[in-house]
Amino acid sequence: MFSLFHYAFIQHGFEAGLIIAIIAPLVGLFLVLRRYALIADTLAHVSLAGVAIGLLLKIDAFITAIIAAVASSVVIERLRGSKRISGESALAMFLSGSLALAVVLISLSKGFTVDLMSYLFGSIVTVKSSDVLTIAGLGIVVIAIISLLYKELVYISFDEESAKVSGIPTRAINILFIALSALTVALAMPIVGILLVSALMVIPVVTALQLRRGFGQTLLIAECISVGSVIGGLVLSFYLNTSTGGTIVLLTLFIFSLVMLFKE
Amino acid sequence: MHQVDHHQNIIEIDDVTFGFVPSETVLDHVTLAVHRGDYLGIVGPNGGGKTTLIRCMLGLAKPQRGIIKLFGQDISKFRNWQKIGYVPQKATAIDQNFPVTVEHVVTMGTYAKRGLFRQTTYGDRKKAHEALVHVDMQQFHKRLIGDLSGGQQQRVMIARALASEPEVIILDEPTVGVDAATQKQFYDLLRKLNRELDLTLVLVSHDLDIVAAEATEAAYINRTISYYSTPADVLKHHLSVHHHV
Repeated sequence: MFSLFHYAFIQHGFEAGLIIAIIAPLVGLFLVLRRYALIADTLAHVSLAGVAIGLLLKIDAFITAIIAAVASSVVIERLRGSKRISGESALAMFLSGSLALAVVLISLSKGFTVDLMSYLFGSIVTVKSSDVLTIAGLGIVVIAIISLLYKELVYISFDEESAKVSGIPTRAINILFIALSALTVALAMPIVGILLVSALMVIPVVTALQLRRGFGQTLLIAECISVGSVIGGLVLSFYLNTSTGGTIVLLTLFIFSLVMLFKE
Repeated sequence: MHQVDHHQNIIEIDDVTFGFVPSETVLDHVTLAVHRGDYLGIVGPNGGGKTTLIRCMLGLAKPQRGIIKLFGQDISKFRNWQKIGYVPQKATAIDQNFPVTVEHVVTMGTYAKRGLFRQTTYGDRKKAHEALVHVDMQQFHKRLIGDLSGGQQQRVMIARALASEPEVIILDEPTVGVDAATQKQFYDLLRKLNRELDLTLVLVSHDLDIVAAEATEAAYINRTISYYSTPADVLKHHLSVHHHV
């Protein structure tokens, strides 16, 4: 039935897409509830600088993007904790700073390439079989750590101060969580693209929150929306020959509109 | 009646000075002790250092000088945080759209004791249920926290503090924005916890009348502890100094 599976790259795209679809709302739910959604966007731009470094040095741009995102996320969280710079200013500086760095590095190499465009907007074609292994391996790390710290993350997101007073090591958990967010953003980049990563992390979650359920159910609903949109988006973009990332994000928005409509 | 050793110090604040900038102190040489079984009301004007004082007790603010001891141990070495329950100011604490049920919120009180990487047990959920019964909110256990009234949410916050089986509960302006009838219920509940469960309570309030009526000890703080005695004395003292209030 799915003639599209005859192509190896489509299969890679689906495998990678499915893992991304699972981890994006898992991290996104906590980001949205803590009003950190902007961090996903910032880290995506940092990943772009990482891609530019990779392209310039002619090494695997996916790996340099992952390293750049995770390293900066720890710096951002420490800046936030130090209270010398407000959280929003720190994010804005990183967002525009890394974009500037990316643009300069790209102009130093050979200008905008097809390769770069697929990182910006996402493409199923960019996913290599080695990328699938990276995404699967690191994706499992994200799922495992979030599952292990699930109850603490819920408590910290709900009431950070009380969690801290009760003896939960909030600082260490916050830094670990931000690093996991960075990892998720970088992993999602080949499929949905840098400019659309935060949409996949935020829109399914915001949609699920509209239904006003408990924490576990909200997460489950967000997961279903995300997985459905990614699979649907991959299939549609293949047949319609449209941008993968754009199609996926439009599908999540379509589901959001349906939910809002039925809620009325 | 229960035997409570009222001489045992639970919280000792000794000559504590705190300032956000060195030239301006919010707390100036403050000394205070909370004994087992006390129901201490901390009153004083806005900006007088009430909240800063309890933030120091909770380890959320670090004073520039002075000693703080919790259960006889220096605060820097203290690890038994589950012995201390905390009920934050209502207005700042809760995102009304946060997707958690009442029982989930109360179970959070057991998380620190359960420890990292471990799931809550049947026993933890049972403790949470008992805490909800204490505050008479068990019938709302499946509701989302945002669907409750302000007074009900505050009872849930008390239940969360109770679920960690604390020996002292510290409350920061718990009834701001709660109507008078609900306030009365709330203070009846606190009195019951103090008398029947021997819980030590530290209540921060701007409302002198409530502290005078409810607490067994009172401290008036405006940068320094200006008076520290029975609630009625604090009220009298305050009225004689500040006629305009």
